[in-house]
Amino acid sequence: MSFQLVLDYLVSPAFFHGALITLLLTVTALVFGIVAGLVIALLQEARFAPLRGLALVYVWLFRGTPVLFQIIFIYNVLPGFGIRLSAFLSAVIALSLNEGAYMAEILRSGLRAVTRGQRTAALALGLTRGGVMRHIVLPQAMRIVLPPIGNQMIGMLKTSALVSVVAVEELLLVANQTASANFRYFEALSAAGIYYLALSTIFMAGQAWLERTLDPKRSRARKQRRTGLKALIPTVDIR
Amino acid sequence: MTRDKPLIEAVGVEKRFGGYTALKGCSMAVAPGETVVLIGPSGSGKSTFLRCINLLEPPDSGSILFKGKEVGRDFASAVRLRREIGMVFQNFELFQHLDAAENIMLAPMKVLGLSRHDAHDIALGLLAKVRIRDKADSYPDELSGGQQQRVAIARALAMKPAVMLYDEPTSALDPEMIREVLDVMADLSAEGMTSVVVTHEMGFAKRAADRIVFMEAGEIVETRASADFFGGAVGARARQFLDQILH
Ligand SMILES: Nc1ncnc2c1ncn2[C@@H]1O[C@H](COP(=O)(O)OP(=O)(O)O)[C@@H](O)[C@H]1O
Ligand SMILES: [Mg+2]
Repeated sequence: MSFQLVLDYLVSPAFFHGALITLLLTVTALVFGIVAGLVIALLQEARFAPLRGLALVYVWLFRGTPVLFQIIFIYNVLPGFGIRLSAFLSAVIALSLNEGAYMAEILRSGLRAVTRGQRTAALALGLTRGGVMRHIVLPQAMRIVLPPIGNQMIGMLKTSALVSVVAVEELLLVANQTASANFRYFEALSAAGIYYLALSTIFMAGQAWLERTLDPKRSRARKQRRTGLKALIPTVDIR
Repeated sequence: MTRDKPLIEAVGVEKRFGGYTALKGCSMAVAPGETVVLIGPSGSGKSTFLRCINLLEPPDSGSILFKGKEVGRDFASAVRLRREIGMVFQNFELFQHLDAAENIMLAPMKVLGLSRHDAHDIALGLLAKVRIRDKADSYPDELSGGQQQRVAIARALAMKPAVMLYDEPTSALDPEMIREVLDVMADLSAEGMTSVVVTHEMGFAKRAADRIVFMEAGEIVETRASADFFGGAVGARARQFLDQILH
């Protein structure tokens, strides 16, 4: 057992690069997962029944099969149809599509939590349907979905390790390869574990910060400071 | 006043929900500056009628005329109409993520395209008008019901509407807050704001209404000038209803 070796691994370009790939995978899959989830959530609420059916099939497919299966499927089967994607891209697509099925549920609960009365009040003011969505529904839904999305992000960080099966050089694969060369499993895996913990800590802190920022009452002090400033320099328009 | 050309008019408005007919051909014309109080038993279609007037509910037949012109059936026409009509709800429906001033500023900024600065000036002016100027920075859940409803009135006024619709604005309020809201509404009416008010506050009706309209089972049963109504000229069914709510 050598702590020096753990430290060496931590600062080595290979581990750093692996952690970077893991971070990149997590963030892109989450972003595209939210986009996919939003599309599915809107389809689920559609008036046209076949669109709702489509959403149902999607959720059924992606929640009903293992993510690992989806990753391997997209990487190995799509080339048969002439679609040749890099391992990284296949991995992002698989993780995003899978995430979309779960994200849809979260987003839908957020959208539903904004009452009909709030939408009606906005419509009565002369807002368009798009305006109601942008200025009333989404900001309110955002605060509701943020905590579960934060959980999904941490979950995705860990799920991303699965893509090592298609040889994406993410953190776990790097650690595993390093260890199998010299059988120093403890050191290599400790280094990877420290990276994972560091990343999830950063995510949690970011989530806490975002929740604070989106809480209107906490941003009031900041706002008052801003208007106070305006009062001091009335001739300067700081908009 | 009834000789003036109507500012807003509903003609033969019918509304069905599934197999149930909520409005059976309701017609009403409101002259500029007039205040109409709409009364009737629960479920008689008062809310539905108000929501048809600003096309939040599209009527199944009949039409809405604004300043003498029939309003189109498309969504864009409905949106344009709603910009001219303010609406106040029983449950206030202030936007929960915005403070009082921001609630009022939203429509002027997002609908009329005013700058934040100008919208803020309007908001503070209106908050003063509804006597709650010091609550500009408060969020809805920090305000009493009466305060919330006054902010909601200010929010509607921010669009400089030609007509105000109130749907039981004091029904959700504790008794001691009813008066502060009704006072604001009565002042607006006295200043000449054209208004249609669904309420059972007959004191308000006596003070502010030009006309009383009685609805029952989806129909307008009776329309009386306020003076006649309170002078005792009331039909049998309206009388029965009044006896119920007054005792
Ligand atoms: N969106 C709706 N869907 C189905 N029925 C409705 C809807 N809105 C109103 N109704 C029905 O229409 C009737 C009139 O309702 P409403 O206009 O709310 O009456 P009021 O405001 O006079 O109490 C009621 O029987 C009510 O159940
Ligand atoms: Mg009602």
